[in-house]
Amino acid sequence: MEFLSELIFWCFVVLTVGSAAVVVFHSRIIYSAFALLFTFVGVGALYLYLSADFLAASQLLIYVGAILTLIIFGVFLTTKVMSIDLPEQSHQRFLALIPITLIGIVILWVILQTPWAVNPAEAAPTTKELGRLLMSRYLVPFELASVLLLAALIGAMRLARYFKMEE
Amino acid sequence: MNVLTSFCNNPANWFFIKLAISLIYMVGMITFVSVFALFAIWLERKISAWAQDRLGPMETGGFHGWLQTVADMLKLLLKEDIIPDAVDRPLFKLAPYIVFASSFAAFATLPFAANLIGTDLNIGIYYIVAISSLVVIAIIMAGWASNNKWSLFGAMRSASQMISYEVPVALALLIPILMAGSLSMQDLVSVQAGGFWNWTIFGGGGFKLPFTVVALPFTVLAFLIYFWASLAEVNRCPFDLPEGESEIIGFHVEYSAMRFGMFFFAEFANMFLVSGVAVALFLGGWYAPLPFLEVSAETSPVLHNIIGAFWFISKSVILVAVQMWLRWTLPRFRVDQLMHVCWKVFLPFSLANILIVSLLVVLFNQ
Repeated sequence: MEFLSELIFWCFVVLTVGSAAVVVFHSRIIYSAFALLFTFVGVGALYLYLSADFLAASQLLIYVGAILTLIIFGVFLTTKVMSIDLPEQSHQRFLALIPITLIGIVILWVILQTPWAVNPAEAAPTTKELGRLLMSRYLVPFELASVLLLAALIGAMRLARYFKMEE
Repeated sequence: MNVLTSFCNNPANWFFIKLAISLIYMVGMITFVSVFALFAIWLERKISAWAQDRLGPMETGGFHGWLQTVADMLKLLLKEDIIPDAVDRPLFKLAPYIVFASSFAAFATLPFAANLIGTDLNIGIYYIVAISSLVVIAIIMAGWASNNKWSLFGAMRSASQMISYEVPVALALLIPILMAGSLSMQDLVSVQAGGFWNWTIFGGGGFKLPFTVVALPFTVLAFLIYFWASLAEVNRCPFDLPEGESEIIGFHVEYSAMRFGMFFFAEFANMFLVSGVAVALFLGGWYAPLPFLEVSAETSPVLHNIIGAFWFISKSVILVAVQMWLRWTLPRFRVDQLMHVCWKVFLPFSLANILIVSLLVVLFNQ
């Protein structure tokens, strides 16, 4: 039982990391966009292993259903999407080394500092508690995010309507 | 027999028994979906024939051509799988599988009876809504990989329609969720126990009389919005712009043989899925319309499940038949009318509906 659950876990890890590698390294941008689908699904499955069921479904709904579709539409709107060549060699290697080292140090520091939960998380429903927290403790960030999204929505509509008004 | 009993009584083996049951359920479900799709395609042809005053398939299999779709499926399986030269091969091949897999995966939390459910996740309905959103990506993938302008346009139409209509679908589903206070499919069904007057569509959903009368118009409205919007979700008429028949070229124009068959199967599986969700959330799930028409779990657990599955499947098939009836009765919307209906009619109505129903739930929930 442990073995099977572990096996499935590693399958999802391979799926997530493998497809993420395709996203980063593939020379055709459309493949990168579609590989992101598997990365998102894999991350969603990994949330399930942390007993974050609501988060896992939200991951699918928001990232796959909305954000990925937006990204793919964005890719479609790129000119010459078929023939676009992503540069594969790097420039300014020494300059780039500085921020990458800094980011690496920060990530390493976070990894070492975090008290990782090594015991499996308790499989308990999280939806109710999440809802309560969003309506009490995290109400302000939640509302701020809504206002931001609303502003973006109105802005997008204004931009889309702009040319019509000029006529 | 003794060996079997001792094997089953040993807790160490329970995991394998569970695994075996899940595998059997999975195989049973895929068989059910396939058989249902065959039956539904035949039913669709019969209903279209009836609506147009003709007979439809009459020859194959004797009685009213009931073997016609079996024969059609065999033909599709035996046909040469043509992949045009200029398509994007990996994506072209992958897309039908994702479409079928994601519509099949949603069946995992569909409650056929008290114990006949893949898994009663505590986020069941949310899972169904989430996993269905994979279909949009796969459709765009199919349209893009076909390397054909009309497929791509078809895929864009389909994607924009499905994304838009996800909003009213989800908002309408919130009404039964609000009333039951749970996202688990079995909880949503079990609050509707005891006769059709307790069904969520008639204002029941775990509430008693004064609430029922006040809430009745709003729950009916929620059901109607869900049903209409789900027609658009599964690309049925009057919202079948993505596919059309002969008039509009859809995203799967380059597909042939069984790859096309998978899109076709997925569409009929989806029809059952949205009907099943409507039945589970609004129409009492696997409960009978009148209490004496079901067998209680105490009398016979097996019969309880069989009768439950009978009611669930019958109600769903009736809804599927209504979908077909609508398809052969109504003309198709224009694309701007489609978006108008979604964003300017369904959306404000369902938002107002949520406000009113949540107010009522707070008022009456003493």
